Parts: sequence; C-alpha cells; structure tokens
Amino acid sequence: MSEFRICPDSGFYFHRSAESLMKVNAVAGVVALLVAGVLALGVVLTRWQEVHLLSPEDFYLALTAHGINALIFWIIFFEMAVLHFAASTLLRARLATPAWAWTGFLLMLVGAIMNNVAVFQGNSSVMMTSYVPMQAEPHFYLGLILFAVGALIQVFVFFGTLVVAQQEKTYEGSVPLVTFGAITAAIIAVFTIASGAIILIPTFLWSIGYISHIDAEMYRIVWWGLGHSSQQINVAAHVSIWYLLAGVLFGARPMSEKVSRTAFLLYIFFLQLACAHHILVDPGVGTEWKIFNTSYAMYLAVLASMIHGLTVPGAMEVALRKKGYSNGMFEWLRKAPWGNPVFSGMFISLVTFGFIGGITGVVMGTEQINLIIHNTIYVPAHFHATVVTGTTLTFMALTYLLIPVLFRREMILPKMARLQPYVFGGGMTVLILFMLGAGTLGVSRRHWDMDFTGAALPFEYPGMAYTLMAIGAIGGVLAIVGGAMFLLVTVGSLLVGKKLDSSAGLLQSFIGKPLARDSYTTATPETLPMAPRLTVEEHGSAGFEAPGTFVLAMLLLVTFVVYYFINWKYLASVWPLG
Amino acid sequence: MTSYMPPADRIWWKVPVGRQELVWIAIALVWCLIMFAMMPYWHVYGKQNLSTEAYQTTPEKFGIKVQEMIDKYQVGEEGGIPIVKPPAGSDIYQLGRLWQWWPIFELEKDKSYRLHLSSMDWQHGWSLQPDNINLQIVPGYEMVLKITPDRAGEYGVVCNEYCGIGHHTMVGKIYVRE
Repeated sequence: MSEFRICPDSGFYFHRSAESLMKVNAVAGVVALLVAGVLALGVVLTRWQEVHLLSPEDFYLALTAHGINALIFWIIFFEMAVLHFAASTLLRARLATPAWAWTGFLLMLVGAIMNNVAVFQGNSSVMMTSYVPMQAEPHFYLGLILFAVGALIQVFVFFGTLVVAQQEKTYEGSVPLVTFGAITAAIIAVFTIASGAIILIPTFLWSIGYISHIDAEMYRIVWWGLGHSSQQINVAAHVSIWYLLAGVLFGARPMSEKVSRTAFLLYIFFLQLACAHHILVDPGVGTEWKIFNTSYAMYLAVLASMIHGLTVPGAMEVALRKKGYSNGMFEWLRKAPWGNPVFSGMFISLVTFGFIGGITGVVMGTEQINLIIHNTIYVPAHFHATVVTGTTLTFMALTYLLIPVLFRREMILPKMARLQPYVFGGGMTVLILFMLGAGTLGVSRRHWDMDFTGAALPFEYPGMAYTLMAIGAIGGVLAIVGGAMFLLVTVGSLLVGKKLDSSAGLLQSFIGKPLARDSYTTATPETLPMAPRLTVEEHGSAGFEAPGTFVLAMLLLVTFVVYYFINWKYLASVWPLG
Repeated sequence: MTSYMPPADRIWWKVPVGRQELVWIAIALVWCLIMFAMMPYWHVYGKQNLSTEAYQTTPEKFGIKVQEMIDKYQVGEEGGIPIVKPPAGSDIYQLGRLWQWWPIFELEKDKSYRLHLSSMDWQHGWSLQPDNINLQIVPGYEMVLKITPDRAGEYGVVCNEYCGIGHHTMVGKIYVRE
C-alpha cells in the first residue's frame, strides 16, 4: 500500500518512498556542495596573487574537483530531489518504481565517490571539461558515466511518476506550471545525459587502451552537449522553483499559463543549442552553424528567459498588490519579506541571474564578441552568475522551505539564516563583477600564476588586473563564508533542530526503523483540484497588472542594450581579422 | 497557492494574454532579432571576423612547415626561441606545445599575414595580450586566419587553455614594428 503523510504547515502530500529519495538526494547534494565550497577557498586564495596559497599541482587538483562537485554533483543530486517533489509531492502521486529510483541514486553516489577518488589521487587533474588528448585515470570517466546512468534512471522514474499520476487521476486538468517546468528540465536532462554517454564512453575506452585515438575537436563539440546543456537543466529547474516559491510565499499565480508554458517550451526546443557557445573560436566550424546555434535559433531561448524575467516577479507583484501593497510602483517590493531567506534568496537569485548571468552570457555567446572573451576569467565570472547566484542560491532558498516541510525540523539559528542570502549573494556578486573586469583585461581562466614565474619570455598583465582579482577574491571569501553559514544552518537543523512531529529527521523514513509510522496513512490523498478561478479579472492602469515589474524589466533591457553595444565597440578596437 | 496547482481553466491555452505581457514579448522579440542581425551585419561591415579556413594535419606535418619558415626568415633569438621576420602578406606558422609558442614573430604594422596555428600535443589557448584576441588551438587541426596588426608594440601570447603543470609558463611573443 502507498503511504502518504500530509505536512500540516504547507498542505503538501509526501509519499513515503518519494520523501526518502528527496531526502537522500538533497543530502548527497549538500555534501558535494560542502566539498566544492572547501575547495573554492583554495582556488580563490590562489588566484588572489598576493596570497597565492596552493602549489600548481594542488591548485589544478582543487580546481578540477571544485568544478565537478559544484557543477555536476551538487546540482544534479539536488535536481533529482526537485524532480521527485514536482511529480510525486505536487501531484499527490505515489513514486513509480521506488526500487529503480534507489538503484539510480546509488549509482549516482558510487559514481560521484569514484570520480572524487580519482581526482584526489592526483593523476586526474584534467578540469571538469577533461579535454582530450589530456588523459585522466579510467575511474575518473567511469565515475562520471555511472553518475550519469543513475541520473537517467531517476529521470525516468520521474516520467513514470507522471504517468502514475495521470493514470490514477490524482489531479484535475493539466499539470501545474511548476511540474511543467520540471518536465522541461527532465527532457533537457535526457538530451544532456545522452550527449555525455556518447562522448564519455569512448573516452573511457580510450583511457583503458581499447580505442587508440579520440578526435579532440569532436570531443569538444559532443562534450559541450553535456557540459552546457547540463546548465540548461539548471535554468529550467530554478525557474520552476521561482514559480513554486512565488506561489508558496504569496499565493501567486502565473500571469498567464499560456505565456509561461510557451516560454518553457522554447527552452526545450532551443536552449540546448548553447553547446555551440564553446566552439566559437575553434578551427573549422562554419559561420552559419555558429550564427544559428549560438543565437539559439534567433535568440528564441533568450526570449523565453526574458519572458520568465517578467512573469516571475510580475506574478509576485500581482499577488502582493492584491494583499494591499498597491501604493505607487514599488510598495509591493519594499514591503516584501526581506527577512525571510526563502524570499530574499530567491529574489537576489532572480536579479543576479537576469542582470549579470543572462546579459553576460548572451554577449559572450555572440559569434564575433567571443573572440575577446573566450577562455578569459570572464567565462567563470559569467557562469558563477548563472550557476551560483542563479541556481545554487535558488536551491538554498528552497532548502530553507524544505527543512520544516520535508525534514520536519525547526530551523536553528534563524538570524544567521536571515543574513545568509545577503552574505552569499553579495560576496558572490563582488567576485563575479570583478572577475568580469579582469577578464575584459585579458586575464586567463584556469591559470595558476598571473606572474608567469619560470616562463622563458616575460609578460605582464596591467596592474589593474591584479587589483580586480584581489577585490574579486575578497568577494569570493565572503561568499564562502555565506556558504558555510548555509551549511551550518541546514545541517545543524537536520541534526539538532527541534522535531516538529514524529516524521522528522533524515534517516528514520528508510532505514527500517518504524519511528515515523504514525505520521503516515494508507488512505489515498484527495485529488488535487484545479486552482480557484479569479472572481474578478483585475487589471491595473491600461491593462498593466504589474507596472513595477515592467519598470524593472525595462531597466534590464536598457542595461542589456548598452552593455551589448559596448562590447561591439571593444571588439572593433582589436586587430582586424579575417 | 496556484503556481503549483493545475490551471484554473481546463482550456488554459485559450485564455487571453494580458496586455503587459504582450507588450514585453514584442519588445523582447525585437531586441532578440536585432541581436541576431548583428552577427551577419558584422560579417559584412565589421573587421573582426574569424575565418573558417582550417585543415586536418598532424604534429609532424605542421612541425615541418614551421621549421621551413624559421630556416628561411630567422633574424634572431630570445629566451631560446627563434625570432622570425617573414615578408608582409606571407603565410606564417606558429605552433603551441608544452609549454611554449614557437617561434616569435616580428611583423610590420598595417600589413596582413596569413597566420597558421596548431598544437603539437594537447589543447592550448592562443591569447594575444594586451590586444585580447583569444583562439582555441586543437591538436590535429590547422587553423588559418588573416591578421592585420594595426598598432606597433610588443605583444604577449598567453596560453589560456589548461595544459598541465607548466601551463603558466607558456608565453609567446609577437613584435609589431612601424
């Protein structure tokens, strides 16, 4: 029999198997985040030239492990929890084939550990991209393959759960928007993992000697089908979570179901084309191919993100205006719950992802402009704005919600939690902005020594580059402090936070201890009803329901246009090329 | 509580879209099309476009071409690396390997050269500084592009693709003379 419990605080239904899987996936992700964060300190303090902490061996090892743990293990483990939440919890359905889901999780766990062991043994410092012909140990690739297979299994369990929900009619009408967004993420995940398998399996065979040669350019093109598309899973996932949190916090509804869902559909069609952004200054790739692909087929995926950029805050504005915060343009925003880390984390994420991550990504992904940016430290600056202040901060905000709802624990250190999004988001924003500046001055990414110690020929970066890197590093240290605060609050709450009821805790729901029995019932949950219809269609002035959001969106557009053309002007100043 | 509930209308795709969203979508779409048009525009009117000329090669074949050019046009040496002054308009060859860019060029300002680049071993990044032009150098491929240095001075070529423990020592040079 399927066992469910209902969370008395949120009204969410948790299927027992799904709940256990959400917990273990989220916890495994947080452990990977811990590893990534500790390594980040080594990376930041080495690139701060005046400190220059690690030896080159340790630096490249730390950078490899930091990249893989942060970009792959932390995020994908957590996304598995999000998928199970979006299917089983939101739709009130039992999890399809829990045994398969567990198999998937365990494969991911084994893979993640195996890959980390390979890197920490020291002979696999090949960076996250592991470009051939530089070779890592076979278990480096095997670990990634096992992890990917496990993730694929869990993604299919997610699809299976959707089928269960539909067959057993656990909801009325169409799936909710948040689930629709999760489906988008899962579809992109299948494409991503397939690309990974296509390139990593031959590379593994090459590392054990069965294949003599892997073409380096082919590797780059196919690998980026994994490398960049995996970041597009994140975009779809964290945008879905923004909608979820807007709903949980304010009872917000999408401004238009049609518009938001069409935007997700555009992601499915066009977002993966971003793989091409990495190939813009490679030998032998055609101009038309670059223009079509890097523009996501005429920027239709950028359009989708710009739509979400309006509709997510717009939905919140409409909901808050309805609650009475309707004076002027921005009363709703001024009086928003800035002391609640669920809201502040989400909103900082929304702003930094849009203004910094989005704009820099489009600019550097422009065919010709990439010439002045490729492989400079501008690149990691960009993706820290998308993946750290974007995805990671969103996941952190969601975690603050999950501690009471999923883990049934009271959060400890609430004051620290309140500050955490500002410390983490603020520090990371400083790191990002100053690294963007250093990248514009040409500073290389993945580079141990800005002084080029031991080089046969001398070269010096401008003094300003050193200043920018140092200020960025201070921001980075601040962000690491923010990350430590997050771990302290969340892990501490799971271990010593007050239990809210007998289903509380991490382990009891799956190690056989029937501690939590009394919270669960075998009764079928009530069918999830459709959202209540609005009684009166309200529109603000001239049909603009969320005027404050529109002003913010125009501000984004102006920033975007100005910054975009500044970069063309900069490009025009370098040597003519043809 | 509705973003995570099924839409209020069963036929949600027929519910009219509000004016604010329509206006924003129109503005955003126009901006997207302008950005799209900029890339072909720059191919016609801009001066910085990467050629797509490239050949498959091997380290041996490419190494021979580099050596032939050095034998013909070498004018000096710096840090153990030959300095080569090839005639304006000619084909010039530079290879990347662990951990050097070989050879050094002495070029004339405002003259064009056909620059051939390849790697002898792992992937490298050809990063011309302080001008800030960055190219990916992939073993097995010979990339050809026309360069026209338009400012005299001393340029560094930094490797900006990670290539092992000596990556930070991989610095090359290009001199541009009036």
